[in-house]
Amino acid sequence: MLNTIKYIILGTMFGLVLTKTEAISWFRMQEMFRFQSFHMYGIIGSAILTGMISLQLIKRLHIKTITGKSITMEAKQFNKGTIIGGLIFGMGWALTGACPGPIFAQIGAGASVAIVLLLSAIAGTWVYSFLKPKLPH
Amino acid sequence: MLEYLKQPWPWYVSGPLIGLTIPLLLILGNKSLGISSSLKHICAACFSGKIPFLNYDWKHESWNLIFAFGIIMGGYIGANLLTNPSNIDLSDATVAVLKQNNISDFSGYMPKEIFNWESLLTLKGFIIIVVGGFMVGFGTRYANGCTSGHSIMGIANLQWPSLVATICFFIGGLFITHFVLPIILKL
Repeated sequence: MLNTIKYIILGTMFGLVLTKTEAISWFRMQEMFRFQSFHMYGIIGSAILTGMISLQLIKRLHIKTITGKSITMEAKQFNKGTIIGGLIFGMGWALTGACPGPIFAQIGAGASVAIVLLLSAIAGTWVYSFLKPKLPH
Repeated sequence: MLEYLKQPWPWYVSGPLIGLTIPLLLILGNKSLGISSSLKHICAACFSGKIPFLNYDWKHESWNLIFAFGIIMGGYIGANLLTNPSNIDLSDATVAVLKQNNISDFSGYMPKEIFNWESLLTLKGFIIIVVGGFMVGFGTRYANGCTSGHSIMGIANLQWPSLVATICFFIGGLFITHFVLPIILKL
């Protein structure tokens, strides 16, 4: 129960920030991909920088979780999918103006048709899972 | 205060807040930020069938689904309780180029001409919403991450595959925006 509350609060904060800074906007993605505003680059850049500093502090000061466990992070593996999948996602991102986080926020924001967007993305994930053994990796 | 919160939040406020999600998730639960995984967990929970990639104990990862549910709530609060009093302050250049591409309604978060239920039955709406959404789900799983997991968490954790993935996200996005979307928007 405590866990549920914890992640609902963090998710709510995340979704609220995405929404209030207009990172869930199709228009803002067009601005970004056309290099006509610094807004999205400022968001992504400062998020990376804040995350990077936080992770360095966690690693160097050996910060543990609130329950006293060591913090672990998985290394990201590289394979052909990083490139092919990355290109496919990028194309979908520009079409829909949304990555997975913003799709959820758009649904909450009342864009009911974003439910179709979510169902399509779930279908895409399922088809990838089905085809995975046959795809180049 | 409330009036201030209703204004759009500038990047130098929202970016660091998004970045702080990374240490908060790690310290509060040893979890790594990444949202596209939730799509996989939904598949594993509902339609796993005999697919090896989807046969795992998704309940162990249920935090990710709870987090995604939180994002829906955050979207509701942001759009309904802290409604921005005006339209998005887009750059004039973007407005001009989108007007040339048949978009006239700039109220709301996305063009209402495209993102509505009737438009799903048109070729334009179908490609943008259904095909685009499919590519988001297929591509993020194939690349093993999305903007949050690769571009923010991965790069912040100095993972070079995440940098490669992010560059590919942008190449794909630039290609569609500059060469394909102008054709689709005029359908």
